[in-house]
Order: sequence, then structure tokens, then C-alpha cells
Amino acid sequence: MAVMTETAAAAPMAPTPKRRSPYPGWFFLPAAIIYGVLFLLPTFASLYFSLTRWTLFNSTFIGLDNFAQFLREPFLVKGLINTVLYAVITSGLKVVLGLMLAVLLTSQIAARGYLRSVVFFPVLVSTVGVGITFTILMHPTQGMINEALAMIGIKGPGWLVNPSLALFSVALVDVWKGVGLATVIYIAGIVAIPKDYYEAARIDGSTKFQSFLYVTLPLCRPATVTVILLSFIGGLRTFDLIWAMTRGGPGFASDTIASVIYKQYQAGFMASAPPATWCCSS
Amino acid sequence: MSLLRNYWLSAVAIVVSAVVFLVPFSFIILMAFKDKTQAQLLDFSWPQGMHLWTNIVEVVTTRNWMLLTAFINSTILTVASVTLVVIFSAMVGFVLQRRKTRFNGLIEFLILAGLMLPPAVVPTIWLLQGLGLFGKLHGLVLVEVAYSLPFSILLYRAFIATIPRDLDEAAIIDGARPFDVFFRIILPLLWPVTVTNIVVQSVAIFNDFTNPLYYLPGNANATVQLTLYNFQSQFSTSYNLLFTNIALITIPPLIVFLFFNRQIVAGMTAGAVKG
Repeated sequence: MAVMTETAAAAPMAPTPKRRSPYPGWFFLPAAIIYGVLFLLPTFASLYFSLTRWTLFNSTFIGLDNFAQFLREPFLVKGLINTVLYAVITSGLKVVLGLMLAVLLTSQIAARGYLRSVVFFPVLVSTVGVGITFTILMHPTQGMINEALAMIGIKGPGWLVNPSLALFSVALVDVWKGVGLATVIYIAGIVAIPKDYYEAARIDGSTKFQSFLYVTLPLCRPATVTVILLSFIGGLRTFDLIWAMTRGGPGFASDTIASVIYKQYQAGFMASAPPATWCCSS
Repeated sequence: MSLLRNYWLSAVAIVVSAVVFLVPFSFIILMAFKDKTQAQLLDFSWPQGMHLWTNIVEVVTTRNWMLLTAFINSTILTVASVTLVVIFSAMVGFVLQRRKTRFNGLIEFLILAGLMLPPAVVPTIWLLQGLGLFGKLHGLVLVEVAYSLPFSILLYRAFIATIPRDLDEAAIIDGARPFDVFFRIILPLLWPVTVTNIVVQSVAIFNDFTNPLYYLPGNANATVQLTLYNFQSQFSTSYNLLFTNIALITIPPLIVFLFFNRQIVAGMTAGAVKG
């Protein structure tokens, strides 16, 4: 056992110890090189830069000034709160709406193919294009949404110009665009549930709602995990849509970490971006 | 009774989906048909006269055929990155799932880190500059590969768990080399999840706006999403051209979707969901 090498341990079936493993380690190599050099290395570098703030407090390290300057930015905290809020809202709505749509689309309903394509279509449209379109549709006075609301006698809000509403409007558009993917993942999850479970539940006298609550919901938990994981991470990193719709405005009301970083980057504070990246990830 | 309710539900679903999803699309399409003065009004109205062709010609030829360059760049970027991601992540997923070593925990941790941590932009730019890859298309390809790998690996690893080991062993006993076991036996079996992966990644990379913005500056290097931005500032008043551009750059993802429509759900069923 003591001389058992890593290769031999991996291939206990091997008849002779000399035999190569059928699962060669070099398969990791191409991915590991690209990932290591272009993701892990920069990430560790930025971690190092952000940590020097505490260890080199009295040093003349150049990054220190930039970091302090960044933290004095009062909008950083706002951006952090906005980012988390945005991620929670979008992933929550995508889970609820995606599940509802998936249940609807797997039931005996007419025009299923049409509905599925229509719901999935926004996933394909360019994010910036969607942002531009909805910026026009959400215009407070001339926008189509508010004109339609006015027709039925409701005074529409200033979706993107109201500072307390802007972030939520962008989040709604994000849900509009992303709910298709969530729906497809849920459809896959629901289709994979064996029909026997529903039959057994029906024989035991459960209503449709009970079947949903006690059969569908627990059995598509893996799908829920996937949806939450994808949309929460996407929400934390969101930049395209916010930049296309509000540029973090009005004022700084809808700034997220990603847009704050980009503004800093644009303004030329190159070295302050790594600390900001770390503030939002840890 | 139930049948009647079904009809009602279908009718409601169709009307709601038409209002919520079809109206914004038709807004884009209608705008692309209008001429400049009518597009200015930004309202939901029928175009007076068909100006689609003149709009397309103008959008494509503007700034020295920039859209054409951008389409070529984006196509190369998407095809190259997705091909590399699919092959490399399938290789990692295969070995990671089949071979249990003490490094697996560490590898899985690094993959999860890639899913959760936002990319560190500025150090990456320094690094790319050092390697002479900054502002180069192949540099951006490698960056997109690096950022897409974690999700893709998880997808493949979950799917490979459903392929019985006996298959590899049979091939090995028949004298196949490890290389053949993977590329001739396992990789073809991964097709359903590969389709899902291709659709999700190619749409994401083709529509990516952030990474080209950071890592591929310059007009000669523009990708299609960046042309949208140039158009918006350049034609701050020509909404007809802007929307023609949006409609044009939606066509490639649409083709990918129509091509793989039926198979997307199959891959999701088998792979992602059981992860």
C-alpha cells in the first residue's frame, strides 16, 4: 500500500503496476493552463493587492493610496447593497416565474411549442439591445408601457428616472430576459420526474396542488439549485444591462459593483479596481 | 370541465405571452422598417413605407463596413472559444469524474471559485499585455475560454457520471489507448449535453459585451455588441438604424437556436439538472 502511486490508486483494475491509467492526468493540462494563467493568477494577484492594505500600512506602496481613495468613495457601499439586492430579486423572481411557466408548459395546454419558443427567445437577443429597447419603452411620458397604463387609467411610474425604482426596473428587465433559461431548466427537471409518483399521489387522493407541493417541488430541487446558482452569480456580476439602461443612474441610485469598477477604470484609477473586486466578492 | 379550464388557461397564456414578449420584439422589428423621421417619434405604430433595405444598407456600410468586420470577429471569437471550451472541459470532466485522487477536492474548489468570484479585470489586462495578447482576438478567445470553463466542466462531470464505467473498461480491454477511449467512445456519447453547452455558451459569448469592452479595445477589433454602442452614440437620433442593427445581430443566435431547439431540453435533463 505504501508504494501505491497515484496512478495505480486511480486504476485498481490494472493488471500490472506498469500499466498507464486509462484516465490520463494530462487531460487536465490544456484547461488548467488557460484557467490558471487567465483566471487564477489575476485573481490571486488582486487578492494580494487588496491584502497589502493591512500588512503594508505604513509603506509607500502605490496601491495604498488608490485603495484608500476607493474606500472613501461613498457609493461603494451603495453599490454593494444594490448588487446583492439585484441578485436576490432577479434570482428569486426567476425561480418563481420559471417554475410556474415550466409547470404550465408541461401541462396539457394548447400552443406549447409556441409558448416555449416565445419565452426562450429573449435569451437569444443581445443584452445591450434589450437594454436600449426597454429604455425607450420605459420612458416616463412617451414610453409605451406608461402610455398603455394611461389608457386604462393608471399613471405609470418613472421607471428609470425615479431613483428608488430604477434598480428594480432594470431587475425586471433582467428577469424578462433570463426567465426563459430558468424555464427550460425547470422543464427538464419536471420531465425527468417519473409519472408513477403522480399516479401514486392521485390514488392516495391528493389534489393537483398537493401533487405540485409534495411531488414536483421536492423532486425538482436539483433544477432549483441550478437556477439559483446561475441567476445569482449572473446577478452579482451584472453589468451590460445596467450600463445600457441607466449607467448606474439617476445619480448613483442603480450603481452596482461592476458599474462602479468600470467607472473607476474609465476614470483611470487602474490600481483601485482590484480592491473593489475583492470587496464585492468577499 | 377540465377541458374548458384548459382552454381558458391556454387563451390567457397566449394573450399574456403576446403582450409581455411579442410586443417588445415587434417594436424592434417595426422600428427597423421605419424611416428616420418616423422612428424619431419612438411610438408603436405601423411604418409608413418599407425602409428596411435602405436601413440595412446604411447600417452595414457605416464607418467603413464596421458591422461586417464585427460580424467576422464575433463569429471567429464564438466558434473558437466554444470549440475549445467543449473539448477542454469534457476532458477535465471525464478524468475528474473517473479518477478519484486526493487532488479532486482542490480541483473542485478551484472550479467553484471560478463560478463565484468575479474576474479580476485589471490584473488580467496587465497579464495580457505582458503576454502580448492584449487587444488581440486570440487573447480574448483564451479569456472567454477561461471564464466559461467552470460551468462547462460541472455540466460535463454530472453527465459523465451517468455513463457506465464498463464502457471504458471494455474499450481498454480491446486495446484502445486512453486518447481513443475519450475521443472515440466517450465524447460522442456526450452529444446531448454538448448541445446544451454549445447553445448556452455560444449565445453568452456572442452577446458578451463586458469582456470585449475591457480586453479588445479599438475599432478594428469591434465585436457586434460594441457596434451597437458605437451606433448609439454616433446616431443619437437615428433610432431606425439602431434597431436595424439590434435585429441584424440577433439573427446568428436565432439560427443556433432553431438548429438545436429540440435538443436543448434533452441535454438539460441529462446533465445540468442532476448536478
